[in-house]
Formats: sequence, C-alpha cells, structure tokens
Amino acid sequence: MSILGTRVIRTEDPRLLTAGAVYVDDLRIPELSGAARVTFVRSPIAHARITGIDTTQASREPGVIAVLTVADMDDLVPPPPDDGSGGEGDGGEGGPVPIGGAWAEPLLAADTVRYVGEPVAVVITDGRYQGEDAADLVSVDYDPLPAVVGPAAAASGEVLLFPAAGTNVPAANEVSTDDTPFSGCDVVVEQDIVNQRVACMPMEGRATAAAVAGGRLTVWHSSQNAQLCRLILCGALSMAPDQIRVVVPDVGGGFGAKVGIDRDAIIVAWAARKTGRALRWAETRSENLVGMTQGRAQLQHVKIGGSRDGRIQAYRIDILQDTGAYPRVGGFLPGLTCLMAPGVYDIPEVQAGFRVVVTNATPIHAYRGAGRPEAAAAIERAVDLFAAEIGMDPAEVRRRNFIPAGKFPFQTKTGALYDSGDYEAALDKVLAAAGYAELRAEQQRRRARGDVRQLGIGLSTYVEITAADGGAGETAKIEVADDGTATVYTGSSAHGQGHHTAWAMLVQDELGIPMDQVTVLHGDTDLIPVGVGTYASRSLQLGGSAVHKAAVEVKDEARRQAAAMLEAAEADVVLDTVTGLWQVRGDPDTSLSWGQVAGHTSGGSLIADVRFTADLPTFPFGAHVSVVEVDIETGQVTLLRHVTVDDAGPVLNPILAEGQRHGGIAQGAAQALLEEVLYDADGNPLTSTLADYAAISATELPSFELLVSETPTTVNPLGVKGIGEAGTIGATPAIQNAVTDALAHLGIRHIDMPATPQRVWTAINAAQKAGKQ
Amino acid sequence: MIPSSFTYKRAGSAEEALDLIAEHGEDAKFLAGGHSLLPLMKLRLAAPEVIIDLSGLADLSYIADQGSHVAIGALTRHHDVEHSELLGRQLPLLAHAASRVGDPQIRHRGTIGGSVAHADPASDLPAVLLALDAILVARGPGGEREIEIGDFFQGLFETTLEPDELLTEIRVPKPASAGWSFQKFAQRGLDWAIVGCAAQDGKVALVNMGGTPLRATAVESALAGGASPAEAAAHAAAGTSAADDIRATRAYREHLARVLVARALTEANSRSLSRTPRHATPTHPPPLFMIAARFGWYLPVSGHHHGVRRCGAGRGRRWGTMEACGYAAR
Amino acid sequence: MKVDLTVNGKDITADVEDRMLLVHFLRDVANLTATNIGCDTTSCGACTVLLDGESVKSCTVLAAQASGHDITTVEGLASHGEMHPVQRAFHAEHGLQCGFCTPGMVMAIVSLLKENPHPTEEEVRTGLEGNLCRCTGYHNIVRAALAAAEVTS
Repeated sequence: MSILGTRVIRTEDPRLLTAGAVYVDDLRIPELSGAARVTFVRSPIAHARITGIDTTQASREPGVIAVLTVADMDDLVPPPPDDGSGGEGDGGEGGPVPIGGAWAEPLLAADTVRYVGEPVAVVITDGRYQGEDAADLVSVDYDPLPAVVGPAAAASGEVLLFPAAGTNVPAANEVSTDDTPFSGCDVVVEQDIVNQRVACMPMEGRATAAAVAGGRLTVWHSSQNAQLCRLILCGALSMAPDQIRVVVPDVGGGFGAKVGIDRDAIIVAWAARKTGRALRWAETRSENLVGMTQGRAQLQHVKIGGSRDGRIQAYRIDILQDTGAYPRVGGFLPGLTCLMAPGVYDIPEVQAGFRVVVTNATPIHAYRGAGRPEAAAAIERAVDLFAAEIGMDPAEVRRRNFIPAGKFPFQTKTGALYDSGDYEAALDKVLAAAGYAELRAEQQRRRARGDVRQLGIGLSTYVEITAADGGAGETAKIEVADDGTATVYTGSSAHGQGHHTAWAMLVQDELGIPMDQVTVLHGDTDLIPVGVGTYASRSLQLGGSAVHKAAVEVKDEARRQAAAMLEAAEADVVLDTVTGLWQVRGDPDTSLSWGQVAGHTSGGSLIADVRFTADLPTFPFGAHVSVVEVDIETGQVTLLRHVTVDDAGPVLNPILAEGQRHGGIAQGAAQALLEEVLYDADGNPLTSTLADYAAISATELPSFELLVSETPTTVNPLGVKGIGEAGTIGATPAIQNAVTDALAHLGIRHIDMPATPQRVWTAINAAQKAGKQ
Repeated sequence: MIPSSFTYKRAGSAEEALDLIAEHGEDAKFLAGGHSLLPLMKLRLAAPEVIIDLSGLADLSYIADQGSHVAIGALTRHHDVEHSELLGRQLPLLAHAASRVGDPQIRHRGTIGGSVAHADPASDLPAVLLALDAILVARGPGGEREIEIGDFFQGLFETTLEPDELLTEIRVPKPASAGWSFQKFAQRGLDWAIVGCAAQDGKVALVNMGGTPLRATAVESALAGGASPAEAAAHAAAGTSAADDIRATRAYREHLARVLVARALTEANSRSLSRTPRHATPTHPPPLFMIAARFGWYLPVSGHHHGVRRCGAGRGRRWGTMEACGYAAR
Repeated sequence: MKVDLTVNGKDITADVEDRMLLVHFLRDVANLTATNIGCDTTSCGACTVLLDGESVKSCTVLAAQASGHDITTVEGLASHGEMHPVQRAFHAEHGLQCGFCTPGMVMAIVSLLKENPHPTEEEVRTGLEGNLCRCTGYHNIVRAALAAAEVTS
C-alpha cells in the first residue's frame, strides 16, 4: 500500500518542539561569532524631503562601529537611468519585477522619503541594546511634503510621489466602459467594494545576517527562495553569483512577503561588505508592521447584470490598486485579479481592468493569494448582490451560473484555462454538511422572534490559479549514497508547509527507501544553486513533481546498475518498494540493497538532477459555508461555524493539507472580520503594533469543518494542484457574505470589510433609521 | 523594543521602598507586576532612571476577610484575585473582572495595586473598584492615609497618589446584594475594553468612557427613582467624554454604554434573584474583543508637521503610535 | 548588575545591564534560542516561559526581576530524552507549521493544564488568548491541548 495519501506526522517536528527551530536570529555559528548588530533609522514622516542627516552624536555613543547613510553608498553602481522604455512591471513570464526608472526605489533613502518606516540610515553597534540607543540619536531633518493617503487621493494626481514620472499611475490596463453588455439585462447592480490593506504579519519578522570571508559574501536571510535572493543581491551589489552564497535557515512564516530579499536586507548585506564586519539584523514587530510589504489594498467597482431567472449576463470589475510608496510589482497583482475575475461562473461578457497608484504608505506585494482573493471576494459579493436584487437564494443563483463539470478544460473570457473542476458538487457537498436548510430555518425563527442575535449564512464558491509560473518549474536532485540513505536537494523552500515530510514520502513511495533514511535539504545556494522557491501554492505540483521525476530517474539508473550487477536484462530487474530491494523478477536470492547498487557506481552514489516544468497552471476550487451570529444591538460578529470544500486534487498527506486549509481560513477570516492597516490624514500608521493591529487570535475562531474532495489535474504526473492559498480565498467572501446575510432583513445589502462592530453597527443604525422614515 | 538604561533596585520592605522613592524622587518609578510600566518603557514612552522593584514585598500580597470588607494587598496578582475562593463568594464581581484582564500570562504578573495606580480608564479593575466604593490605603513619608476611590482618579493616568507614596491595600466593602454583572465589550480576548461596565448594588461604573473610570450617576439616580434597567440605561452616556479612535467613535461608544448598562443591570437583577454566589458565565458567548489605541495616549504632542522638523531623540522610532494620539489634544 | 537565575534546572549567574529583558537573557546569555520574540507590545506570547511554574511573557520581565527564581523553557520540558505530553500532542496533532509561535504556545498550554487539567475547547481558546499564531489557524493547537489534557489527567 502506498504511503501517499496517508496521514504521516511530520519529521520536522521533534527538533522544532524540543530544541526549537533555528531562525536567522537564532544562528550561533562561527561565521557570525562577534557579529555586530544593525539597527535601522526609519522615517517617521510619510512624505518629505530629507534636507540633512546628522550622525555625529550617534557615532559617539558607546559600542557604535558606524552610522551609514546613502552618502556612504558610493561603492554601489547606481541603477541604470530610465531609458524611456518604461516597463509595465508585470515581468511577463518571470513574474513581478520593480519598474525602475523614474519609479526606482533606493536602498537607503536618498533625498525623499515616501512612507513612514522607510529606511534612512543604519547604525552598526557591538550590541543590540546599544543599537536602539544610538539610533534614537541620529538626527534627520525632514521638509514635509503633502501626504498622499489612500488610492483615491493618489488617482487625483494633485500631489505626485515621483515628479519625474509625471503621474501617480505606474501601471494600468483600463477597463472597458462599454455598457452594451448590460443594456439587455433585466437587473443591473453596482457596488463599490473595499478590499482593505492588511499586514502579512508572519510571526517571525524580517531577519538577515551577512558576513564576508575570502572575498565571498554569505547572507543568511529569512526568505521563501534563496536562489532569488542571490539573483537580486547580484544585481543590487554588482557581484557575480559565485561571489555570493545565500543560506535560508528555518523561516517563521512568509505568506508571500518573504519572496526574495527586500531593500532593508540588501542594506545589511551591503553594510557587511562596507564595514568588513559580520552583521546581523532582526526587525521588531513595530518595524515589521510598517516596513514589511503588505497585501490586498484594492478599491473595486463592480457591475453585474443578468436576468430575473438568475442567469448572469455581464460582469465588470474596475480596480484601483494601491501599491504603496514604490511600485514593486507593477500591475502583477490586479492583473491576476482580472484574470480570475469571473471565478467559477460562465459569464458571457466580462470586463476587467485596473489602475495602479502609488501612495505614501508601505509598499504592497504578494500576500497569501496575491490578487486572487481580491477576485473571489469581488465576484462572490457581486453574485450575492445580484441574488438579493432578484430575490433568489444565493446558492441557487450560483448553481445556475457554474461552469458545468463536463466543460473542462474551460477557457474563460479573461484568458484563463481552467484544467478541472466540479463546482456544483463542491457546493452541494458543503451545503449538505453545513445543514443549509436547517440553518435557513433557524435564521427565519430568529428573525420572526426579533432576536438580538441574528444568524447569517454566507457562501462562497471559488476557483483560483496556482503555479501561474509553471514554466519556471522547480528543481530536485536526489542522491542515494552507498549506505542506502537518500538526500533530496529541493529548490522549494518550506516555511512551515512540511516539505521535508512530503518529499520523503514521495521518495519512500517511489524508491522504497524508508522516510527515516531520507534527508531533505533546501535553501542553500551552495548546495542548490538553481531553484525557484515556495509561493503561489506551487511547491507540491512543481517541487513535488520534480522530486518524483528525480526519483524515477534515480530508479532507472539504479535498474541499469543492478542489471549489470545481477547480469540480468533490465526488463527482468524489479524494485520491491516495500523492502527497498532490487532483484531479478521471481528470484529473491538475487536481492541487492540500494546501498549496494549505489556503491557499485563509479561515483559511489546514484544521482539524478532534474528540473520539472509544467506547461500550464492549475486551478484548485472549493466552496465555503460560513455561519455567523450578529448582535443587532452592538454590531458584534461571532463566527460560529465554518465548513469547507477545498479541492486541490489528490492529497499527498491529509495532515499537511488540513493544516494549510486551517491556516488559510484563519487569515481569510481575519480579513473579513478584524484586520485592517490604517493611516491618518498625514499618512501616519495607526496600526503599527500588535496592540493596535487586530491580528486574529484563538478566541475569534471556531474549530473548522473540512470536507474531502479530490479532483485531479492532468497538468502534472502527480495530478495535484496547490492548496496553500485556497482556504484564504474561499473564507473571506463566505464570511463577508454571512455578515451581510445576517442583516438582509433590515435592508442591508453590503458592509465593507473588516466587519468590525463599529462598521456593522453603523450599517444597522443607518438601516434602522431609514426603516423608520 | 528595548527600554532606555536605568538602575534597578529591589526593595525588601515597604519602608525600604519608601526610602528609595524619597531618595530618587521624580527619577524613580515603582515596579509591581511590570505589565503597565515595562511595555511603556520598551516603546520608550516612559524612561525612568531608577526602577524600584516591589516584588519582594510578599507581605503586600493577601486577601483577607475583615468583616465588613475584604482587604486586598496592593501587590496581589490578578491571577490570585481571579482564583480566590473568598472573593468568589464575597466579591464575585471583582474576581470575575480580574479573570478578564489581559491574558493568563499577564494575570500571573500584573497586580491589582499596579492596575489601580496606573489609572488607565480602559483597564477593568479601576472601574470595578469604583463601582464597589473601595477605599485605597497609601503609605508615605507622613504615614498612612485612606483615600476614597471616588476621589482617587483625577485624569488620564493621574491619581491623587503622591509621587513618594506607595499604595499598600485596597479595602472593598462587601456588597449588600448578591446581584452583580461585568460587561466587557472588546474585539479579541487579549484586548482592552472598547467600553465596559460593572454593576452591583445599584451602582454602575464605566470602563473607557472618559479620562478616568466613571460612575454612571444618572443611571444610578434613575434606578434609585424606580426606573427599570432599560429606562435607567438610557442615561448611561450622561457625563461621559468617550474618545474617538480606530476602534470606535464617540457616538458608538455612547451607544455601547447604553446597551452594556442595560445588559449589566438585567444580569445583576437575575443574579440577585437566583442568588448565584459564584462566577456565572456571561449571558452571551465570548465576545470579540477590541482595543482602544492605547499607547498613543501617552505622548503630549500632536502629529502635525509644520515646516522643517528636526527628528531625533526617539521620534523616528514610534511612528503611528504618536499619531494615534487623538487624545494628545485633550 | 549581577543576576542569578535557575534555568531548566541549571544555575546561571551573569553580569548584565539592569534593563536586560528576560527573553534576551535566555536567548543571548543562557543560549537557549527556542524562545522567540514576536512583538514589542506584550501581545503575541511567542516569548512565553514558565517562571516558578507559571506562564509569563519573558519579554515583559526583567532578568533582574527573575533573579532568584526558576525559569523553564521549552528546551527544559523533555525529560530523559522523552518529550513532554504537550510536546507529543503537538507532534501527533500537527499543532505546528513554521514553529515560531510553538515554544510559547507549548509553555502556555503546560501552565494552562496545570491550573485547569480538564479544559473545555472554549477554555483552551480563552487560555490561549495571549498567544498568536499565523500558520495553523489554532485548530490543531487546540486539539493538541485537549489531547495532552487527556493524557496528563
């Protein structure tokens, strides 16, 4: 019986539970002994010219080795001037890249700061505590400029963040405003929707250490891909790849914000070369909540039209994407939102477009779902609005518009090719498990009684794109040694996902080498110079497929060797994956162990080194039912139940898949109910500590009810899609819809996220006043 | 993240603590559980030069039945107040409110005296003690004095405790009736109340409806005049000055006060009728708890920039918290 | 100043700054790096350890305050090479993903179960209100706590 699909507890855990993981700030290695500490001086102002920096007082403080500003960066080659070719920042096949040119983002701020938290100087001290003391004494003169707060203000163009660019819009793909598709509709509904800015907030913030030895720079960085870090460092520091080694130790969560290496960390690497000292840096949470990239931040205008029998004819989404102070990813995120705009529905006419604007706020980048949660939230809201307008049950409206199960692969109007799916089955399954009819009955009872605590039932049916960069693929090298153990060198980069367990399962399944004889390594460019990394829910389908491919190649090579050793034809040599022994078919006396076969090779080990690429992305899908209670008097929302189908194809290890779903649901719920990054009118952050930023905790969540659904894909040999972001994408709209549903009887059609008590009560209060008139 | 430098002194007795505070004056602060002071110091919103650790004063941690009242040592931890059998019987309002302070780790350190002396209007216990008409005992160079709690809270983080005085005991009169209620409205388990309400014996106090905990005197008068809970609760916002912050507007807070007072009075009545002496579970499921933007309160400057601004001395390190200071202008 | 702590049964004396936080003492002086720092407002609980057997947030305790007291970190939980029931339960129930919040979670649950050996799910969740996790959605952490309660009671 194959180990695949069984519940295997993680091989990573014993170490993490007893000695603890080793994150960057935990490293106690010879290369970093005596390392100095880096403390950043950051802008306290959202938008200003820097007219002077005085480091003299700080430099005299005890333990201060250096205080560095942009003036010290004379050893760096400046970025190429803007040659006018612009660049859309969508990076084409390779993914998002900064636009550069007039929009270029410096390392240490040069003459202008554009967000609170932007790095302005670094203080290098012997000790951590001295760093904070000295940083307080760096004196920076700021000449304030008007702050552009919020995307609407940016769109007006009154104040430009980048005067040389002449606009606040670095990227756009304008939506069609042709209303013809809507003209034939019985019913047309429009709505402004806020998909609010949220903080990624991994429990481990950003952390970097750097040391130069023998002319070679080693950088330890908390990242989702060491190889991309090295590529970025080469460009930023004008160094050749063989001069840089990047090591990613254990990572305390990433969620998209730790893809590659960002400017603060590059500054640390630069400073190590500049000072010749080994350096280490670990940001505080306050720095993290203003300095780490954030997510979502779209203003959406949706228009949905259809007939009274429930058929949707047309859908338009117009997105204003706040990208923060620097357009690091151009149109990449709203581009994905547009790609996935129609969701699971077969809508005849779809119009989707966006404008990206810069604002004096923390830069935006990928955050769990990266553009797709925004799409699902918009279409699911729109469908519910349409359902309310025509007075039809939202589940029924969905049924009447699903892409039918028989129509896959399905090409959407926005250019996505959905590989496989059965949306109606997912919805039916989740409604049955939730007890939908009884929930509606209970809702009616509470409404009839006029209960203070009303019940809301929210649905979402979603599809999302994973491994959108399948063409980049993933690497894997497997080496079986003459002691029979196997080492897997993976280009993937787990930061909690459990790849070491999963890849060992794949090896055991294919090669019969027991998991406890399998070591999985990742995240060191010396060991794995080529790799792509973990984001976009790509790792099982690409990284796992690569491991599988490498295992098959190792097996083929081993068969050749074993055949030679056994003096038999290759076709007669078989591997017993239960015992891990090679033998001539039907002749157990001929068995050879993996170690014996490996030892027989000229190199002493069996090696396969592969890259697996996929021609196409995959499209996991699902359906969520969320049950909330809303206290009509206070506006408080309690999440009572959350039931889900999240279908990403065959499940390699249910324990790992469930964990991803749980975590995803929690982050989705967090956006729907609690979390929001806020700025005041001057661009000052109001949620820069965990006391103010309402990160979701155990008391706001129930235990979740997960259902099993496995619809395979033909895109890769494992038949799998990505599960990492699915829970988030499905959860947010289901919960938002549930809150609105709870108050539908009061005439409330829409409440923006997060559904804080204040926001909910404001809607109830307005509805009750309107009701009285 | 790191406090600025200070000298740590550990007092072995109340007398020694008073000697130390007299010696160092304004440069020194007492440290009880540390979960009000140390967070401020870590954000460099407070920077005393001398810290006098009171944790050695074991004789100031006690809960004693003294007939007409219960005497609680100022250094009694929230955890001990929460789990006290005596308080569970005699003062369940106080025991229950203590169980809602922060989280379990915080309750293992924070003290009732520390909470009262810190005088954060968003804290739970000051309002509860105000509703219970507690008497505070302070010891100073001139000896001991009693302070009625109604006279104690002067303003945001301001009390009538002199800089050289040590709070030693809190005396809480035993209530006349068994009915009590504590309503804490917040968004998350670990948050401070957006608004809270404590009620017993026809007395009602409000959490986070002004610069100090407040007695809802208009509500109390209405009750004394025979009003029902709903009628009396309509007056809950009278005399309050609730803040506008990222969690709630003033108007919403006033609305919540009315709702919570009505619920508190109803629950207190039902407890009174059923004579339930011990902690009763709240009448609704654990609410989502919210937090007021707290740390921004401490800074005496507004967030507006005029002309060239020289930034140093810590300004660069605590961005938004400065600006959350809608209270700054108050 | 000189501080004298007993950490995981071992006496450690060191000369440290008066302002040194207990969490930094543990990580940088005692070299026990499993206890992590996740915030600067005493919110997240990643730094939770036991002080005289009770859970505290070590980022909000001075090493000086802890001098003369007993500290237990997650590294001190296992006994004779055997994981503590709470650690075993986390493993069995997939109660950790990236592992950063885990030491604090484990210590918080050890303390919680000591004070309340048979908690309900609601009591576990309320008991963990001071511990934030970003990866697991708390679902399996709660299961781990309840499973450990079954074993230890």
